[in-house]
Amino acid sequence: MKSFIRILRCVREYKIQSILSPLFIMGEVIIECLIPFITAKLIDNIEAGCDLSVIGKFGGLLVVMAVASLACGALAGYFCSIAACGFAKNLRHDLFYAVQNFSFSNIDRFSSSSLVTRLTTDVTNVQNSYMMIIRTAIRSPLMMVFSIVMTIKLSPSITLAFVSMVPFLIVGVIVIMGKAMPLFRVIFKRYDALNNSVQENVSGIRAVKSFVREEYENSKFKKASDAVCADFTKAEKLMAVAMPLIQGASYVVMIIVCFFGAKLIIRSGGTEFSVGSLSSILTYGMQVLMSLMMLSFIFVMVTMSLASANRICEVLEEEPTIQNCENPVMNVQNGSVDFENVCFAYSKEAEKNTLDNINIHIKSGETIGVIGGTGCGKTSLIQLISRLYDVTEGSVKVGGIDVKNYDIATLRDAVSVVLQKNVLFSGTIKENLRWGDKNASDDELVNACQLAQAEEFIEQMPEKYDTFIERGGSNVSGGQKQRLCIARALLKKPKILILDDSTSAVDTRTDALIRKAFKEEIPDTTKIIIAQRISSIQEADKIIVLDNGMVNAVGTHDELIKSNEIYREVFESQNKVGDLDA
Amino acid sequence: MPRPMGSPVGGMKTAAKKGTLKRLMKMLFAEYKWKLALVIFCIIISTVASTSASLFMNQLITKITAGVETGWQTAAVGISRLVIIMGCIYLSGVIASYIQAWTMASVTQGFLNSTRKKMFAKMEHLPIKYFDTHPHGDIMSYYTNDIDTLRQLVSQAIPSLMMSALTVIILVVYMFYLSIWMTLVVFFGVLLMTLAIKKVGGNSGKYFIRQQKALGKTEGYIEELMSGQKVVKIFNHEEESGKAFDKINEELYGEASKANSFANMLMPIMGNIGNILYVLVAFIGGVLILLPNVHNLSLSGQALGIATVVPFLGMTRQFTRNVSDSSQHFNHIIMALAGADRIFELMDEEPEVDDGYVTLVNAKEADGKIIECEERTGTWAWKHPHGDGSVTYTKLNGDVRMEHMDFGYKPEKIVLHDVTLYAEPGQKVAFVGATGAGKTTITNLINRFYDVADGKIRYDGININKIKKDDLRHSLGIVLQETNLFTGTVMENIRYGKLDATDEECIAAAKLANADDFITRLPEGYNTMLTSNGANLSQGQRQLLAIARAAVADPPVMILDEATSSIDTRTEAIVQKGMDALMKGRTVFVIAHRLSTIQNADVIMLLDHGRIIERGTHDDLIAEKGRYYQLYTGAFELE
Repeated sequence: MKSFIRILRCVREYKIQSILSPLFIMGEVIIECLIPFITAKLIDNIEAGCDLSVIGKFGGLLVVMAVASLACGALAGYFCSIAACGFAKNLRHDLFYAVQNFSFSNIDRFSSSSLVTRLTTDVTNVQNSYMMIIRTAIRSPLMMVFSIVMTIKLSPSITLAFVSMVPFLIVGVIVIMGKAMPLFRVIFKRYDALNNSVQENVSGIRAVKSFVREEYENSKFKKASDAVCADFTKAEKLMAVAMPLIQGASYVVMIIVCFFGAKLIIRSGGTEFSVGSLSSILTYGMQVLMSLMMLSFIFVMVTMSLASANRICEVLEEEPTIQNCENPVMNVQNGSVDFENVCFAYSKEAEKNTLDNINIHIKSGETIGVIGGTGCGKTSLIQLISRLYDVTEGSVKVGGIDVKNYDIATLRDAVSVVLQKNVLFSGTIKENLRWGDKNASDDELVNACQLAQAEEFIEQMPEKYDTFIERGGSNVSGGQKQRLCIARALLKKPKILILDDSTSAVDTRTDALIRKAFKEEIPDTTKIIIAQRISSIQEADKIIVLDNGMVNAVGTHDELIKSNEIYREVFESQNKVGDLDA
Repeated sequence: MPRPMGSPVGGMKTAAKKGTLKRLMKMLFAEYKWKLALVIFCIIISTVASTSASLFMNQLITKITAGVETGWQTAAVGISRLVIIMGCIYLSGVIASYIQAWTMASVTQGFLNSTRKKMFAKMEHLPIKYFDTHPHGDIMSYYTNDIDTLRQLVSQAIPSLMMSALTVIILVVYMFYLSIWMTLVVFFGVLLMTLAIKKVGGNSGKYFIRQQKALGKTEGYIEELMSGQKVVKIFNHEEESGKAFDKINEELYGEASKANSFANMLMPIMGNIGNILYVLVAFIGGVLILLPNVHNLSLSGQALGIATVVPFLGMTRQFTRNVSDSSQHFNHIIMALAGADRIFELMDEEPEVDDGYVTLVNAKEADGKIIECEERTGTWAWKHPHGDGSVTYTKLNGDVRMEHMDFGYKPEKIVLHDVTLYAEPGQKVAFVGATGAGKTTITNLINRFYDVADGKIRYDGININKIKKDDLRHSLGIVLQETNLFTGTVMENIRYGKLDATDEECIAAAKLANADDFITRLPEGYNTMLTSNGANLSQGQRQLLAIARAAVADPPVMILDEATSSIDTRTEAIVQKGMDALMKGRTVFVIAHRLSTIQNADVIMLLDHGRIIERGTHDDLIAEKGRYYQLYTGAFELE
């Protein structure tokens, strides 16, 4: 419930509509409750044999009331949808902006697919239940109260007869819901598992078929599906009690009211109680019971959407783990990098540090190669430089100042990282490149692309720099994508440029051209290159060999070939057939 | 890269085909004939019970009016009897509706369950082509959205529509019984309601389609940005992304609030037209009673009096409520039929055809003859039954020959041209070539994910079309470019290669694939749960697991399709050593981008635009100084 209240703060400018809607609903309910009351008067008048003008008066009044009620209802519906859709809009806005402030470790914690679900499905769930709450949650209790008030006015003793049914009904509904809700929770989990199994089979169909596991998967699915079916049937059978229960209650009420009502009318000769009142009381009775039923439905819906509200709340209340310090430094002096006794782990619970006691000193303008096996911490190492993660111990300095003291945007503008898992966004090549510098001139774009050896293939494209890149860059090859990403990073004119295995899909010749261009065109920029291929880092001023989160060796290619076993092994694994310096 | 999720409302756009409802009903009734008969019977009883309320009121009021003259003592007997009869009718109505709901629960869930299982079983046997040509999101939505619309149809829409229809019919009969004039008044009102439904409902439908479009756009943007969030951070692009999102979000709000406004207004409009009608009936009833010269026209011949008007009021309520209920269910039905249509489409897909009759058996050699045996011997044979009832055995050697093979995924676009190649038993055959050169296509053809358009593939001299697909695939171990792991422990994932493998076998396979090292460092070692395709593992680690999975299957022939692309070269060398030992004397196909992966292959085939342009050993090809040489020295780009 707490989370529901927290997210209600996002209603903001739609508060007016959120209040107007129930107000109009109140109007609608009041009129709707008065209609049977007036009708009762009309019927009694007819029974008493009044003249036409009286009937005309009552009839006219009733029509006016019905029209007013229609207007109230329609307006309430209108405001309600504005309020709910606006609320959803604000929720999406707040969620999106909250994620924008997330650090890498915040993003890792949630995973992008779960963030997508929270921004889409969960928001829709909340929107729907908000709509329900505004309309029905106010309508039903109001209806109940007004109906009861009206019946008391008509006949207090008969009111007692059916109001006495209400507690029984409430208890019945609560018992049913109490039993059904936990069942539903189990069902939802099972459903997720079922969908997950379908999802895995659809995307992994090649694995299924090549291992000839169709029947195996089939029996797995059957089991999961039967489990869903069994639980669902159980829950629905429980719920099956609700409808007859309410029906039964209303029948009992009807019979009691009719019998005692008839007795009262006859005994009093129609003075104390009348046929008109009898018909009205019956209508009110039904309304009370119907409201009860609606309320129980809402209860179920709200409970179900609570899970969604919780998940939204988690994102909204997540503290970004990396924030600007007070009085941040707004200028990066030069491109030197120093790691001083750096230890790093992705989570506090981790038994082993990902990086352990790293000491590296890089001068401004140097070219540094980083090499090491799968999972040795190369990527973790460079991510600390632009403060994508914070060190666990020790410090990382850029331009002689601890990265924690910089303004984050300033630091990241000065340190340009080309990520291993890089992404292009749907839009033209130009638009994608301008992520690096939104004010870049066309000449600057071309220049960056020349450096990244991307110009040639862009020129060959039908629309050149205006070529539209599909989502995820699916219409360019892996090597082309990598070169575009490098060009994008270059446009920042960074002091430090980091390439995290960013030329793996580029052929060795182009790779060499890129490195040559770096050397000649941006000599003052510090370049840090992570690579699997020895040839990509061979000429670096310094090569860092990482192993198991620790610096194994630092040196030039020639030094390491002689002195470092790991480096030599990697080199040999790539050059088994001997030298081919052609 | 995850495939785009299809729009969840894809089915709503297409109107349902004609026979869909009939087919659906047939399926439903075939499975639950008696239960459904019971349900219908119960619906009739409970409808009669609920509609008889009006008749009861009519009788009661007549008795009361008479009773006022005669006094309670005389009237009590009649009224009591009436109340008891009504009580009994109501009681049976309640019981009937309970039985109905109870039975419907098992009918609905049972039907959904069997439909789901049929769909899945069908899906598992569809050819790969189906999965390659249908967005995965669309396939998923069969199981989620479409099944859900069926649930609403079967459990709610159908019974309540039946009930509404029946109620309306009974009410009309009662109404005619009581007064034809008044009935006409009610008809007039219902006509108004139908018009309102058409007008408002039609508008709301239009806006809902627009809302779905805006929603799709928003979700697309969210998905793209959430998966690229790290890049957003690196480029300090948070503000721009936020602004762009606000624009799309605002559009969605506009469409959504319009669509929902219309939908929300429909209910009160219907309800209040009902109210107006209620008033009108009371008013006109009153007028008709008072006007002395109006002759009531009715089946009962009753004169128009208070005993007619009061029950009429109740009936008007019931009538309008049922009409507005049905209007809501109509939407469900249209959506459900569209959903059913899509489900039927899946069920009507052609399954993978398999005319093969040659099977794979374990075998041992005795006196130069091949004998079939039960236990695993490490030797396999093809069992070849002949038309005359005789059976011959051919030893599985792993000799694969492709002769003049042409193939295209679409007839108009040929991917492989006249490919001929021989893989001799025990050889390691490598394919190199640019993306789209046709490397993976060749493996798709060997295990018959697709069938060749022209030419032949022979496996140990047997045309692979004659081999049963399951057995063909059992004989081939494949490690694919994209690793797919399943929810379950690491151990279970390795065991996927051979379901009866012991833990020791699985661990041995993991060691062979050099995966043991990282697995033992996972929080719970081999019992660590993997979820969402092993999201907590690195790409390289997942590849190692996939190799272990293939290794535990210990297949006669192995295909490695970019299986080590994300593993560093040093680890790769270790893995390769292990695989070479396992596959000693068996045929291995290797596809790779990285030349170092394939250097030690016996034959290297260089593919270009679906043609083999160079073939030979690494040394041969280097000496040839052709395209391979250029590739190796980096003078040519592999894209």
